[in-house]
Amino acid sequence: MKPAPFDYARPADWPAALALLAAGARPVAGGQSLGPMLNLRLALPERVADLRHLPDYAGVSMQGETVRIGAGTTHAAIEDGVVPGRLGEILAGVARRIAYRPVRNRGTIGGSFAHADPAADWVAVLPALPGHAIALGPQGERRIPLAEFVLGVFETALRSDELLRALELPALPAATRFGHWKFCRKPGEFSKATACVLALPGAVPTAVLAALDAAPLVIADASALLADPTAEAARITATLALDDPWRAALARTALRHAAEAVR
Amino acid sequence: MSITLAVNGALATVAAEPRTHLADLLRGELLLTGTHLGCEHGVCGACTVEVDGAPARSCLIHAGACGGASVRTIEGFAEDAVMAALRESFSAEHALQCGYCTPGMLVVARDIVLRLPDADEARVREELAGNLCRCTGYRGIVRAILGVLAARRAAA
Repeated sequence: MKPAPFDYARPADWPAALALLAAGARPVAGGQSLGPMLNLRLALPERVADLRHLPDYAGVSMQGETVRIGAGTTHAAIEDGVVPGRLGEILAGVARRIAYRPVRNRGTIGGSFAHADPAADWVAVLPALPGHAIALGPQGERRIPLAEFVLGVFETALRSDELLRALELPALPAATRFGHWKFCRKPGEFSKATACVLALPGAVPTAVLAALDAAPLVIADASALLADPTAEAARITATLALDDPWRAALARTALRHAAEAVR
Repeated sequence: MSITLAVNGALATVAAEPRTHLADLLRGELLLTGTHLGCEHGVCGACTVEVDGAPARSCLIHAGACGGASVRTIEGFAEDAVMAALRESFSAEHALQCGYCTPGMLVVARDIVLRLPDADEARVREELAGNLCRCTGYRGIVRAILGVLAARRAAA
């Protein structure tokens, strides 16, 4: 199908982007989620604001021990190692399994996170990581913990006058362990169940269970899951009261595999 | 709106509604009908072209976002050595029947060959997951790409 008519704007700087947002424009980054929604007429914006040409929108910089990832950094760039160190390894492994390479060449980490599709890969992984989403609004920047960013299906902690500008994460020690598992009947399709477990040396492990048709479940203390993946995955999944037995089985399996994959 | 972009090395200025996607721009305005449209929501891969040096879905890039882009369609690979090897290999391995998916397949195949020179069959199949073919069952396509990869490794 073809999209319904809309106007296009390309802000050259952040104040212009915020002004467009305030005027009701729909922000778009790589367009790999909004594009299909436009074509299918699931989204009917009067105007889109193309964020891709904003200064520092894409790219990664180190600020001391903090890694700042521009929201417009593509999945492909992350897959190819633009983020340094152990954090970069972990993110690259996740990025490589997002959709397909031609989609990863355009789609962005910030666009995906702010879109907050419950089955999206970053929605399932970033909440397990230490760090913040950097929101930019008329009053300046605001820091939102990654674990508190996604509030529901297509719903985030961003206010209506804010844009997601960057993600800031601490560089991770080389000994950081990570497990990640998702179920797709075909490589690249939307996940039916995704889980990940992050174990920083000397810290309480965290986990996320996602693709639930709801906000991701953030497990702030996943020690029990690591100790007994089978029993604890079953216990956690039972608390979700998932209607379909096959969804519950997949969620349970995802949590168990992610915990068993921690290394 | 008026959009200027580079297509196959030549600048083109076209008038289009902002909602027009790149594939329709290429086919309808520039008469480059080698780019095919299947699903128009990013799943089938038929419309894959190179945008700013990397494969992308031309159905998911609307006109405004094309301004200033450099696009290479299947017609723009006529003189490309890797694509020439892939064309021969696709022919030898019967990697197409109706040919509808082939332009997108070739753009992705070329990216696999150049980006992943050590790819094995499992990796080639994974990388091809975003391009649907309803004729071949993929066996010929996978063999064709593996053949070019092997020939390049042997020549290296």
